[in-house]
Amino acid sequence: MDVELKEMLDDLQALKRSLPDPSHQASIDKLQVHVEHLTNLAQYAPARRSKVKDMSAEVVDSNPYSRLMALQRMGIVENYERIREFSVAIVGIGGVGSVAAEMLTRCGIGRLLLYDYDKVELANMNRLFFRPEQVGMTKTDAAVQTLSDINPDVVLESYTLNITTVQGFETFMSSLRKKTFRPKKEGSGVDLVLSCVDNYEARMVVNQACNELNQTWMESGVSEDAVSGHIQLLIPGETACFACAPPLVVASGVDERTLKREGVCAASLPTTMGVVAGLLVQNTLKFLLKFGHVSPYLGYNALKDYFPTMEMRPNPQCSNASCLERQKEYLLAKPARDAAAKAKMEAEALVVAECPIHVDNEWNISVVDDSELDRTDGRSSDALPEGLTHELPTADEFEKQPTPETTFNSVDDLDDLRRQLDALNAD
Amino acid sequence: MEGWDPNTKSALTQIPLLSIKAGPRDGAAWTQRLKEEYKALIAYTGMNKSNDNDWFRISAANSEGTRWTGKCWYVHNLLKYEFDLQFDIPVTYPLTAPEIELPQLDGKTHKMYRGGKICLTVHFKPLWAKNCPRFGIAHALCLGLAPWLAAEIPILVDSGMIKHKDDSASSSES
Repeated sequence: MDVELKEMLDDLQALKRSLPDPSHQASIDKLQVHVEHLTNLAQYAPARRSKVKDMSAEVVDSNPYSRLMALQRMGIVENYERIREFSVAIVGIGGVGSVAAEMLTRCGIGRLLLYDYDKVELANMNRLFFRPEQVGMTKTDAAVQTLSDINPDVVLESYTLNITTVQGFETFMSSLRKKTFRPKKEGSGVDLVLSCVDNYEARMVVNQACNELNQTWMESGVSEDAVSGHIQLLIPGETACFACAPPLVVASGVDERTLKREGVCAASLPTTMGVVAGLLVQNTLKFLLKFGHVSPYLGYNALKDYFPTMEMRPNPQCSNASCLERQKEYLLAKPARDAAAKAKMEAEALVVAECPIHVDNEWNISVVDDSELDRTDGRSSDALPEGLTHELPTADEFEKQPTPETTFNSVDDLDDLRRQLDALNAD
Repeated sequence: MEGWDPNTKSALTQIPLLSIKAGPRDGAAWTQRLKEEYKALIAYTGMNKSNDNDWFRISAANSEGTRWTGKCWYVHNLLKYEFDLQFDIPVTYPLTAPEIELPQLDGKTHKMYRGGKICLTVHFKPLWAKNCPRFGIAHALCLGLAPWLAAEIPILVDSGMIKHKDDSASSSES
């Protein structure tokens, strides 16, 4: 194309010189300008970059990772290149999930697993990432198209399915277990699951899968009125699971009665979703690359620019059986954890020169370790910090199930029951 | 239950409550739960018929009882409007309610999620959460779908979004 345009320019030049009549000069000049413009445009035609074998810290325009590797030189991250070993599963490729996927792709994440059953619609265009020409494509396909262009180094796997159905769930579980990317990895095949779904049902499904697989995951959400959101870290057995307490929502901070709920089911803003995706991926990077403080819960109230944080212990009476198992395992592993913590403290103490921090202690002040006390108490989430409320009520206590003999009436065969309903349906 | 009409309330009290907390991945326990679901549905359907308030048909579309299909209808201005009805039993059932779908109304109302899933967030989800595992499919239809139809169908008909099946010919004449 470049060559063709060049030849066209030359031809125009020759034509200009050979034409005796100056009246055509202006239109030839105009043509020339158009061709030059086209030549410029042609330079930006899609040219895919080739894969990069090693992440280089070299500061040149052509290195896609130079600014990321600079995190190492600045002392923020110890080993940035480790990011290429990590697999992250993103469930829900909507307003938050797609942006999170793009951020991780640009960060050079090793592998992304993308789950969604929906298609791109024009109604999605008020959010980031998807483009109008992708309308009609599945969100997973459209995401793979864009992401592989942005960074061909990332291994992308897309799963177009609904994880809440029995069949979808099986596929979801087996895809998380699969360890082809890094066979030596302990546990499941992924390092982190990010839930970017827009409903309670799907969150409970991600919770179920992660509890069963003992898989650390992060939850994210944006309220239906688009003015608040949250992210939450869930480590099975160690922190509250999603079923331990009714889900938390960031209170709007304005009189609830002034909020209109009639008419529509959900509003959305690219800003709120972008902020939440940013918070989510920031927490992800800190968790994976081990820097800074990984937030257990971070809320975002857009109307007041208020960011509540909190921690939640697991509920010993959680309704999720796998959660209870993980809690038991976590308690059993306590001695090993203590020993590791002690060894770490000692190692650090060796580095720091042995001298008392304060030479005199006139008031006999001593520091008491209270972190372990917090861990053992059963309080999970009854006391909420300001600005947070529960989204749903807890199930009422109900009497122990009566013995089956007394409740089952005369008919207790599934096929009979089915026939009975069919008979009712027939007339 | 404040704010519910007395008919719904009295219907609800007559639907047998369920007791087994089991979902489709729980094997034999799910079969027991399924039996309870059938008993509740049989009681509710029978009750509707005897009260001359028959408004849906539902039956399992597979032998595992994880997918259900049928019809529901609503009478507005003496005309009957009928719709296909379908839903899957989610893997986390009964902790989470089935997401009831009316695929023919997809895209016709704001009070619906993609795929024709009716919006149950405000009027039904808190009730379901509070009553887990005692509520089943019959309760979801009674407290989730019935009020949704009562609120939405008149609006959809009056705004012309849906037309009665006999109406297409007459409306073109007028």
